[in-house]
Amino acid sequence: MKLKNKILLVVASIILFAVFLFPLWKIHLDAPQYPEGLGVNIWIHNITALHPHNLETINDLNHYIGMKAIEPDSVPELKIMPYAIIFIAVFGFIVILFNNRILLTGWLVTFTGMAIAGITDFYLWLYDYGHNLNPNAAIKIPGMSFQPPVFGSRQLLNIHVTSFPGLGGILVVLSLLIGIYVLVNEIISSKKRKLQKG
Amino acid sequence: MSIKKYLKTIYMGGISLIVTAYMISGCTSQKTKIGGGDAASEVYVAPGKHDEFYSFMSGGWSGNVSVYGIPSGRHLYTIPVFSQTPTNGYGYTEETKALLNTSFGMVPWGDTHHVQPSKTNGEYDGRWVFVNDRNTPRIARIDLKTFRTDEIIEIPNTGGQHASAFCSSNTEYISANTEYSIPLPKPLGSGVDVPISSYKKNFHGTISLIKVDQNTGEMNIGFQIEVPPFDYDLGRFGLGVSKDWVFYTCYNSEEAHTLLEVNASQKDKDFVLAVNWKKAEQAAADGKGQIVSVNVDHNLRDPETGVAKTEVIKQVRVLKPSDLTGAIYYMPAPKSPHGINVSPDGEYIAEGGKLSTVVPVESFTKMQQAIQNNDTTGSLEGIPILKYESILAYEVKNAGLGPLHVEYDDQGHAYNSDFISSEIVKWDLKTGKVLDRHPAYYSTGHLTVAGGDTRHPYGKYLIALNKITKDRYLPTGPEMFAGEQLFDISGDKMKLILDFPVEGEPHNAAELPASLIDTGQVKYFKLSDNRNPYVTRTEHDTKVVRDGKRVDVYMTAIRSHFTPDNIEGIKVGDTVYLHVTNIEQEWDIPHGFAMKGNLNSGMLIMPGETRSTIWKPQNPGVYPFYCTDFCSALHQEMQGYVRVSPANSDVKLAYGTNKDL
Repeated sequence: MKLKNKILLVVASIILFAVFLFPLWKIHLDAPQYPEGLGVNIWIHNITALHPHNLETINDLNHYIGMKAIEPDSVPELKIMPYAIIFIAVFGFIVILFNNRILLTGWLVTFTGMAIAGITDFYLWLYDYGHNLNPNAAIKIPGMSFQPPVFGSRQLLNIHVTSFPGLGGILVVLSLLIGIYVLVNEIISSKKRKLQKG
Repeated sequence: MSIKKYLKTIYMGGISLIVTAYMISGCTSQKTKIGGGDAASEVYVAPGKHDEFYSFMSGGWSGNVSVYGIPSGRHLYTIPVFSQTPTNGYGYTEETKALLNTSFGMVPWGDTHHVQPSKTNGEYDGRWVFVNDRNTPRIARIDLKTFRTDEIIEIPNTGGQHASAFCSSNTEYISANTEYSIPLPKPLGSGVDVPISSYKKNFHGTISLIKVDQNTGEMNIGFQIEVPPFDYDLGRFGLGVSKDWVFYTCYNSEEAHTLLEVNASQKDKDFVLAVNWKKAEQAAADGKGQIVSVNVDHNLRDPETGVAKTEVIKQVRVLKPSDLTGAIYYMPAPKSPHGINVSPDGEYIAEGGKLSTVVPVESFTKMQQAIQNNDTTGSLEGIPILKYESILAYEVKNAGLGPLHVEYDDQGHAYNSDFISSEIVKWDLKTGKVLDRHPAYYSTGHLTVAGGDTRHPYGKYLIALNKITKDRYLPTGPEMFAGEQLFDISGDKMKLILDFPVEGEPHNAAELPASLIDTGQVKYFKLSDNRNPYVTRTEHDTKVVRDGKRVDVYMTAIRSHFTPDNIEGIKVGDTVYLHVTNIEQEWDIPHGFAMKGNLNSGMLIMPGETRSTIWKPQNPGVYPFYCTDFCSALHQEMQGYVRVSPANSDVKLAYGTNKDL
């Protein structure tokens, strides 16, 4: 591997640790009664309030339509994901150490697979959260689900929900893109070398 | 007659004809002179926008303090202070009841007069507001982070406490005074059961300096000074050069005890009492004067639990004028002065000589010279009287009739209110020359310029606090709100820009810039910090506990239910303590609590807070209770039942929510 690509892979691996400093995803809830803002930050290992006590407020609002309370301690993914991301980062360093393109390809496949699995899991979690409603809820609207979007906005009764990646999420995508660039760059330059030799 | 003069005569004649016609036509609909072309936009605060100033107005006989936005005149809130307030349960709940304790017992009402914000370096600092109760001598401290009364201290040896609650430049002291002199117990006086006609011999006035803790704001009586039995009416601490002094007007130097309107208005001159409080403080620290026994209440919200408690003050140090040589003087003032106000630099001391035709303005520099030169005209009970002519800076001529109060702007102007001629008069502070006058409707008492009693007035707005309302608003029967008038004083001429009605009878007001207060507001209380002894933090912790005939209900409220909401096993003859904790942690989600037939007020419970009310059910039955604050779409459903059984029944104590007992 070229030195430049090695450096890029070091960067790609290191920035993955940023997910412990910045949220992966953000969900903002806009409603007339909340001029001060309301929302949650989803981290690799936790779900936190945008403003103090927002989680309690959201849970309280959601109990009227029978949604389950968000309890970060009872979300197993939040316990697994930190190890997954550390695994990917360490795997990245191993790729650099062994300087092996097959390993690099393996790393990218694993990384992409895990990213897809993460997003899918997030979607399923949101689906369950929005559809699996308490049948005794005070407010029931036939045919309506309350699933927040994975990405983008949706109006759910009085609340306009907007989901978008946080800085942590953006850095994960950036890390993946750097990895893909390095692989593509390596393939092209090796083909060039072969042509020159030929 | 020249043509010019002839034309002028016609011209003037024409004007007088127009004026006469105008007057004859009885222009009742247009008697107010509205100052500017665009007064409406000056006071218009668009929906969702905030006012520039908070105005804290004493409520007079409302016993409370009302808060308005300036320039809009919008009523923002009423702070319960000396009056029981069923609106939120202040003075009724177990947490707040003790604030209204006095040595006479629980007094459910007060007469608030002078609102005084705390100061640092002679400027408002936005920490606290102090206000006095004239009737039962008390001073209250309001915290500006919560807009709540946190402390009330009763003042001993005092009657009719009017000349209060003035604040020194760095909030070292709050000053309280006797207006109605009274006989004092031995050894201070000759006993309290004396003939009223022995007023001159047996009655006394006192000045009290209340020490304020700089960190907590907690008040304590520093010391008192016994003074001759005049009526000490108003006061102000000095500023800048005069900041070590405090000044009080007094009338009734005649020492009358009956028909004062005549008998206390005989002498041509009364007095201003000037005290160097720094020296007096030193005299007290040096152990001068005597410690006397008193019995007054000091009520404080415990900073830890938020629950008010009463302590009895048993001793106070009292100084006599003889202990204060060189630190206490009388300054003569024209007949029965009322207000006294010190200019921003501390040099000028203006009195509203309410029965005088002039406003006398005294010079602090001249006063100090007179003290040095011993320029006196005798003494009264050991208090030297300085010579009027020696200390006078100037008298404001043509200041109107019945001048009561003076305030200052940031441009070197002074403004006085006139009760009798019903106007505001503006004059130059250096010369006393009248620059402008404007009618006020009707009979202005206090007036306030934003920051007008600080070293750096904000200026811009002046409010006339009028005593008579009559036809200014839609009529509401014989009893009406007081009417205030807002003036724009930024130009050469005062412009009347708004009338607004206010509750009670504000005797004085103070304007603080919004930015000094709005950023530090408490929005809700942290449940995790709640140290009320009866707090219930989660629904899981709710319980009902019987101890003999006392039953304690530990209840939670959250949208939209109480836990427990069904209670059985209460019996006639029980005393039920209902401790309700609002476990919400969100801005502006209070819950209310009301119990059918409870001989007590309802209560409003802020998020994160616990409030307790006592209920003594009298008859068997099922009693509904409910939330009184429309908290959510299912607010109506926020209700519950308590079953009360006969005293001898064997119904077991049981409780819960969403289950059959």
